[in-house]
Amino acid sequence: MAEPRVVVIGAGPAGIRAAQALVAAGLRPAVVDEGLCSGGQIYRRQPANFKRPYEALYGFEAKKARAVHTTFDDLSNAIDYHPETLAWNLSGNTLHLVRNDIADTLDFDALILATGATDRLLPLRGWTLPGCYSLGASQIALKAQACAIGERVVFLGTGPLLYLISYQYAQAGVDVAAVLDTSPFSGQIGALPVMASRPSMLAKGLYYRAQLTARRIPVHTSVIPLQIEGETSVSGVRFRTGKGKEQQLVADAVGMGFHLRSETQLADLAHCEFDFDEELAQWAPVADVDGRSSVPGVYLAGDGARILGADSAEITGELAALAVLSDLERPVSGQRVQKLRQGRERMERFRRGLAMAFPWPAFLARGVEYDVLLCRCEAISAGELRSSASQCGAPELNRAKALIRVGMGRCQGRYCGHAAAEVLADMRGESLRDVGRLRGQGPVKPLSCNTRMKVSK
Amino acid sequence: MTGPGNNKATDVIVVGGGIMGASTAFFLRKRGHSVRLIERGLVGQQASGVNFGNIRRQGRNLVQLPLSNRARGIWERLPELVGENCEYLCTGQLRVSYDAEGAEDLETYARDAREHGLDLEILGPEALRQRYAWLGPDIVLGSLAPQDGHANPRLTGPAFGRAALKAGAIIEENTEVLAVEKTGDDFEVQIVGGDRFRAPAVLLATGAWAGPVAARFGEPVPMVSRGPHMGVTEPVPYRIKPSVGVKTRVPGETVYLRQVERGNIVFGGGMRNEVDLEAIRVYPKPEYTLHQLPLLQRVLPGIEKLRIIRVWSGIEGYMPDDQPVMGPSGKLPGLYYAFGFSGAGFQIGPGVGDVMAELIATGATSTPIEAFDIRRFAATA
Ligand SMILES: Cc1cc2nc3c(=O)[nH]c(=O)nc-3n(C[C@H](O)[C@H](O)[C@H](O)COP(=O)(O)OP(=O)(O)OC[C@H]3O[C@@H](n4cnc5c(N)ncnc54)[C@H](O)[C@@H]3O)c2cc1C
Ligand SMILES: Cc1cc2nc3c(=O)[nH]c(=O)nc-3n(C[C@H](O)[C@H](O)[C@H](O)COP(=O)(O)OP(=O)(O)OC[C@H]3O[C@@H](n4cnc5c(N)ncnc54)[C@H](O)[C@@H]3O)c2cc1C
Repeated sequence: MAEPRVVVIGAGPAGIRAAQALVAAGLRPAVVDEGLCSGGQIYRRQPANFKRPYEALYGFEAKKARAVHTTFDDLSNAIDYHPETLAWNLSGNTLHLVRNDIADTLDFDALILATGATDRLLPLRGWTLPGCYSLGASQIALKAQACAIGERVVFLGTGPLLYLISYQYAQAGVDVAAVLDTSPFSGQIGALPVMASRPSMLAKGLYYRAQLTARRIPVHTSVIPLQIEGETSVSGVRFRTGKGKEQQLVADAVGMGFHLRSETQLADLAHCEFDFDEELAQWAPVADVDGRSSVPGVYLAGDGARILGADSAEITGELAALAVLSDLERPVSGQRVQKLRQGRERMERFRRGLAMAFPWPAFLARGVEYDVLLCRCEAISAGELRSSASQCGAPELNRAKALIRVGMGRCQGRYCGHAAAEVLADMRGESLRDVGRLRGQGPVKPLSCNTRMKVSK
Repeated sequence: MTGPGNNKATDVIVVGGGIMGASTAFFLRKRGHSVRLIERGLVGQQASGVNFGNIRRQGRNLVQLPLSNRARGIWERLPELVGENCEYLCTGQLRVSYDAEGAEDLETYARDAREHGLDLEILGPEALRQRYAWLGPDIVLGSLAPQDGHANPRLTGPAFGRAALKAGAIIEENTEVLAVEKTGDDFEVQIVGGDRFRAPAVLLATGAWAGPVAARFGEPVPMVSRGPHMGVTEPVPYRIKPSVGVKTRVPGETVYLRQVERGNIVFGGGMRNEVDLEAIRVYPKPEYTLHQLPLLQRVLPGIEKLRIIRVWSGIEGYMPDDQPVMGPSGKLPGLYYAFGFSGAGFQIGPGVGDVMAELIATGATSTPIEAFDIRRFAATA
């Protein structure tokens, strides 16, 4: 029998651990990643001529970063690595790749999707002003380019990344005007016992927080953000404190994010079944504990399957690879699988704690004022969505997209889809599940019209 | 969409809420007939809602032109009729060719179409370049239909559905018809869930899905289903006014594009996708998009600087002669057909609704539709 062709999409912690396990079993997987370098989001590498040490770049995670990078570098002769290559589409058992406008295909017997996540965003008056970034982008600027998004920055949103990135900016010497968390402090205290399932993780969170306090950076909880102010670019932020007092901050940049959302377009194009995850308040491809999707031969790992964070990504990446191997009837250590599943379960518990501590502020999305832009690509305001959806009748999100163009632009609903679902559900008095989800369509990301088929080998 | 929900018999039941069914329901109401429209999903969700959006008479088989001209009149009056213009732009439709054969076809068509009330303007390379500086250098001839244009298909079907509802039609969405039977003088239409509705007249307007029902009435048709391949670029400043199509005798080399006012360039052509009628699904093949790109670059150099943000397809029924099945059944009085529009039903859609309403209400129509009669397949099928 010919060697089974296994393809891994994503060279973050999940994809790297998956590739490692496949190689260890004697296979030669292909690894596709659109990034310039391997490493994924958390362990994003700096460009070649940048010389910051691991400790400066990754802080507490320096050791893990080094381990993940070294693992991948050591695999270089044992895998087919396709860097700077986007998997832009998928049809049956064929992946469609593009690199520098040259298109190619890759057939697979098994496919591991380890595609990671992006920020989950909410519309807010002024959020389209230059100077307003996602939290993730703020971090990418710092990690990859050693740049800050501004000189005086407000970080706004909720979730663990809010504190981590605020801390990283402060540490890098940027003036952090304030951290504005929409979640209540009480919830964070309440979640502590649940989060104690991962003591060191919890300790890090508390440390970042303490560091912010030590630097006298104001941290507000239960915040209601009112407006990102500015004429031609960000000049400040207006918000209401938990106690109901309105405040104004001067800043030239805002980093904003409300947890993450999985990148699931490829799973969608592979026809994977999706289900609504009440805890994460988002749709996710259905998978068993090892990462088998509803489609035979398609496996899911890392934050692209479920937002569980970097350590979990390493675990679920390996688990998915072991599932592939076991389905290919290769020997797999049951003990190892057991251990990984236990590790994953611990991550699940911690994640539940995070969800308690930093709830998705659906009320903010539902309360977005009429004239605030909801869909940035197509310039559709929340009010336009509301009025057309009620006049024209849009019982679900894809109909709203067809009639009003919400989610129809460049980002294909990545940045407006969640808020649009909340607004529509609010309008109809229904649940998020009822209004459905935007169906994924190719290309996964915009495809150049200059794309040419590779001349056959 | 809701309606005055009751099980009472109506004058007409329309099965299928594409542009054909929805506009027929609307025009039947205008004539005072009671009508129930039954749609499996949402009105205008299938072919009618995902097509390219050409409002094009040019290039149609000459026998379609009277119907097409009648439809044009309705497109012009959309705001008055259905309360919105569905982004209809009467900015012309330009067909271009790269070679002598294509040019000959364009000129012949222009000559013939004139007698059917369609005036086309033939443009040589100089005139083309003067008027449309963005066109590719290989083009040898163009034929402009100044009174054609394009519109937004996603809006049009639903607009007719809402207008029909407002005019008093009963509209049942998310309701699948299981069977249509003749019982006594009436037809009985059975839906999933068991309910039955009665009417003395039924219009079958279920697009690519109409074949089996017609066959059960003893009128099988050789319809095949395919999915034209579409795509759209990111928006750029609005500059390309007419809808543009390439006329070529080489199969698989047709390509067409239009720019919407918002700025995106919508395009289609080349290969057609396989469809799954049962699952109501069509998965556009990635390689068909790649096949379209050089074709697009040839007609519109510069497009290579843009990026495609979305591709899609839709399910369409094609007849071997590319003419629809439209008119009365040859077997059962009271049964009517309007399906199989062979990739070109959007422009004529409102005209089909007007004509079918006239036919059902009066027993005749002033627009010739004999060429579309289902009996043309009686001998062969
Ligand atoms: C911007 C950002 C910053 C983050 N920073 C931190 C942090 O500092 N600390 C922390 O704990 N967590 C962070 N996270 C959370 C992060 O999701 C996880 O920690 C971790 O990186 C998840 O690992 P993963 O392997 O699942 O995905 P990732 O590390 O995100 O890796 C996914 C990889 O898949 C590639 N990819 C995706 N789709 C395609 C495609 N179609 N074709 C080709 N390649 C594709 C991407 O280029 C990426 O390299 C961050 C998330 C984001 C979005
Ligand atoms: C991708 C694409 C591009 C095209 N481009 C153009 C163009 O540029 N210009 C042009 O003129 N034409 C174009 N066409 C053709 C045009 O869209 C169609 O000819 C036209 O929309 C057909 O309308 P319809 O109402 O017959 O079919 P549909 O819109 O398919 O409507 C049929 C309806 O019947 C319903 N139905 C089916 N079975 C049942 C049942 N059992 N019970 C209840 N309801 C049922 C379906 O759900 C559907 O809504 C294109 C078609 C496609 C697919």
